[in-house]
Amino acid sequence: MTTRMAIPLVLVALLGTVFFALFSSYTPDASLNLTASYYADQTVPETGAQNIVTAIIVTYRGLDTLGEVTVLFLTAAIVGLVLSQSKAPSAHAGAGGLPSGELLQTGARMLVPVILLFGAYVFINGHLTPGGGFQGGAIVASAMLLMLLADPAERFSHGLISKIESSAGLTYVILGLLGLLFAGGFLDNKILPLGTFGSIFSAGAIPLIYVLVGLKVGAEFSSILTSLEETEDAE
Amino acid sequence: MIGLTILGAVLALASLSAAVLALLARSTLVAVLAAGLVSLFASVMFLLLAAPDVAMTEAAIGSGLTTFLFIFVMGRIRREGTQ
Amino acid sequence: MTLVQISLATGFALIFLGLYGALSNRNILRMIVSFTIASTGVNLVLVAVGYLPGREAPILDTIPVASAAERITDPVPQALVLTAIVIGLGVTALMLAYAYRLFRARGSLDISDFTELKW
Repeated sequence: MTTRMAIPLVLVALLGTVFFALFSSYTPDASLNLTASYYADQTVPETGAQNIVTAIIVTYRGLDTLGEVTVLFLTAAIVGLVLSQSKAPSAHAGAGGLPSGELLQTGARMLVPVILLFGAYVFINGHLTPGGGFQGGAIVASAMLLMLLADPAERFSHGLISKIESSAGLTYVILGLLGLLFAGGFLDNKILPLGTFGSIFSAGAIPLIYVLVGLKVGAEFSSILTSLEETEDAE
Repeated sequence: MIGLTILGAVLALASLSAAVLALLARSTLVAVLAAGLVSLFASVMFLLLAAPDVAMTEAAIGSGLTTFLFIFVMGRIRREGTQ
Repeated sequence: MTLVQISLATGFALIFLGLYGALSNRNILRMIVSFTIASTGVNLVLVAVGYLPGREAPILDTIPVASAAERITDPVPQALVLTAIVIGLGVTALMLAYAYRLFRARGSLDISDFTELKW
C-alpha cells in the first residue's frame, strides 16, 4: 500500500527537480522577441484588427484554427458515436424524469435569448475587444446548457445542430479558398476591404471568419453537451 | 505593481488550496467543483497577466462547461449504478 | 517574488498536483479531474512565460500603433493557450465518454478492475 503511494511521489519529485531548474533560472525578457514584435508592428497595417490575438488566430495562423475546429468536430463525433452504442437507461426509471422547478424554467425562458445575444456580441466584436469565436461559441453553448437544465426532457434537433455546424465549416473553407484566389493566400483576410480602423466593419474577413468559427464551435459544444446529458439516448 | 503582486499571491494560494481540496476530497462531486474553482482562480490570474482573451476562454470553458460535462457523466453513472 | 514568478510557481505546482492525483487515484473520474487541473497548470505556465512585467494586453484600442512593440506583452503564447483550452475541453469530453463506456462494460469505475491490457 505504501509503495503504491510512494512510486508516484518519487516520479513527481523527479519531475519537480526539472521544473525547479527551469523555474530558478527563469528571467522574463526585457523586450518582445522577433516574431512578437513583427506581430505588434504589422498587425494593424496588414490586417486592420485591434486585437492582435484575434489577428494571429484568424489570419496569421488561420490554418491551425481550421485544424483545431476539425479536431473539435472529430471529438464531438466520437463522443456521439461512443455514447450512442451504449443502450442508456430509460428516461422514466430514475431521477432524470423529474421536472425542474418553476423558477428555473421561467428564468431560462427569460435568460436564454439574452445569453445567445451576448454570445453573438462576443464573437462579432472579436477583432476589437477581448473575445471572439471560441469564447462566444462557449457562451452560446452555455445557453443550450441552461435550456437542457430547465427542461431535461426537451430534445434538441440534432439535424439543426449538424446543419449549422457543417454549413459554417464549409463556408469557412470556401472563404479560405477565396483568399487563395483573390488575395495573398489561404485564409487571407484582404478579400474584403480593411475599412476604418476600430469600427465594426473593419479588418476585412476577420469578423466574418470569427462568426463562422463561433457558430461552429457553439454547435460542436452543444452537441457534446447533449450527447453527454443523462437522458439523451433514451429511446 | 505591488498591489498586483499581492493579488497574484492571494490567487495563487487560493487556487493551490482548491487543487489540494480536489485531490483530497472524499466525494467526487466536491472534487469536480474544486477543479472548477481552480480554473476560475486561474482565469483571474490570466487577467492579471494581461491576457483577457485567455481569461474569458478559461472562465467560460474551463470552469463552466467542463464542470457540467463531469456532472452530466456522474448523473448518468449514478442512475445506472442504482438500477 | 514578482508576479511572473508567482504565476510560474503556481502553474508548476498545479502540474505536480494534477499528475500526482492522476497517478495515485484509482477512480477513473478522479483521474480525469486531476488531468484537468494539470492542464490548467500548463496553460498558466505558458501565459506566464509570455508576460513581460509592466506591459499591457495586446489590444490596440488605447495604445498607439507606433509604440505597440514597446507596450504590449507577447501575443503568441496567448493565442496558443486559447487553442489549448478549447482542445482541452474536447479531450476531457472524450475521456469522460470513454470512462462512461468502461463503466457500462464492467459496472465499476476502479481502474484496477480493468486488467485486459496488463501483462
